[in-house]
Amino acid sequence: MLENFSFRTIIEYLPLFGQGLITTVWLSALSFAGALAVGIVLAAMNLQRGRLFRIAAKAYIDAVRATPLLAQLYFLYFGLPRLGLVLPELVVGIIALSLNSGAYVAEIIRAGILSIPRGQVEAGVASGMTYVQRMRLVILPQAFKVTIPPLLGQAIVLVKDSALLSLISVSELTRAGQLLASDRFMPAEGFITIAAFYLLLYYGLKGLAALSSRWLGLQPARSST
Amino acid sequence: MIWQQLQSLAGSYPLALRGLGMTVMLSAISLVLGTLLGFGLGILRTGGNRLISAVIGAWVDLIRGTPFLVQIFLIFFILPEFGIELDAFTAGIIALTNLAACFICEIVAAGIRSVPTGQVEAALASGLSRWQRMRQVVLPQAMRIVLPPLVGQYVLLIKDSSVVSAIGLTDLTRVGWLVVQRVPNGLLVFFLVGVGYFIVCYPLIMLARRLERRMGAAHGEVQL
Repeated sequence: MLENFSFRTIIEYLPLFGQGLITTVWLSALSFAGALAVGIVLAAMNLQRGRLFRIAAKAYIDAVRATPLLAQLYFLYFGLPRLGLVLPELVVGIIALSLNSGAYVAEIIRAGILSIPRGQVEAGVASGMTYVQRMRLVILPQAFKVTIPPLLGQAIVLVKDSALLSLISVSELTRAGQLLASDRFMPAEGFITIAAFYLLLYYGLKGLAALSSRWLGLQPARSST
Repeated sequence: MIWQQLQSLAGSYPLALRGLGMTVMLSAISLVLGTLLGFGLGILRTGGNRLISAVIGAWVDLIRGTPFLVQIFLIFFILPEFGIELDAFTAGIIALTNLAACFICEIVAAGIRSVPTGQVEAALASGLSRWQRMRQVVLPQAMRIVLPPLVGQYVLLIKDSSVVSAIGLTDLTRVGWLVVQRVPNGLLVFFLVGVGYFIVCYPLIMLARRLERRMGAAHGEVQL
């Protein structure tokens, strides 16, 4: 049993955990911004008339969704130096998370745009709006609303995925737990503490998602159909 | 030079097959166990007992709120402190099964809740037992809602199995990691690893999409 569970050691290591938590938060935020950029580009490609763009975007999204993030991370980590790009682990991690989450964000945005009833588009056409006007004034404002809760869901996934960066020795939250586990042979103290920190982030983002759907006048839980 | 690397890679092909075998075995075992457990938990969650439902809900939240890597570390390093000795394979199976069960529990619960109460009442009025109601009336209808995300969950499970390489199991990702120490071409090695996963996952992704379309059509929904 855990009769030797040492809160004292946890408190001693608290600054390390704090640093790890902060790193996890900002690197996740940065990666999420990157994922939004990647997702918007992919979604725009996906909605083009030109086949080539659509096929390229679909191929990328399928490739990302059918392979594990860890393999993608190693692909970049071991592969980029091969292309002459020697980047710090942290940067490689942020790129990997952005490229990975971007594929999922693209699907969320696409679903948001497709959720707008056709009648809206037709009304836009009938009012003599151009394609850009229809997108900007009719479709995107409405689509934006429905994408917020699933985007926050993706943010939760991203924060959890960022734990994998510890495997390429980025000093984020999970790495802090590993250090305590290996320096002091206290895996329980290390991993239970970081689990608690991750739960904190999880409940924060989950609460935000619930609040946002209430503010936006959406149903609190999306119906499953 | 690329030719030499290819030759060296061809030499690692038995290792790669073993890795792929490990990935498939890990995924398959925890897929079966996780599905059984997940359905059980999902039925309990909607069974009407508030305490049981709340306990399951809290556990699911704990699992959904923490990274899978941390869960593996917790199971692999901490269960031994409770006197349960584990090898990496068992720890991996436990972690993956638990993860799958938690996600499948929520999918099944959502499916069961989607069945109109009238159906349950009609079954009650026909004198069906609790088990008969579940098996013959509720579950068959719930499956429409359950099936597409269930298959999607299997894809996630296969991908998550790669994280188990962190505790030293020689799965496909770990093989890539081992090979790249010898053949310093990360792009090629992990491209091939990706191909391995793609071959396993992509048919499932296609199946999930097809089910989604077909179940949507069965519901009489208009696809836009």
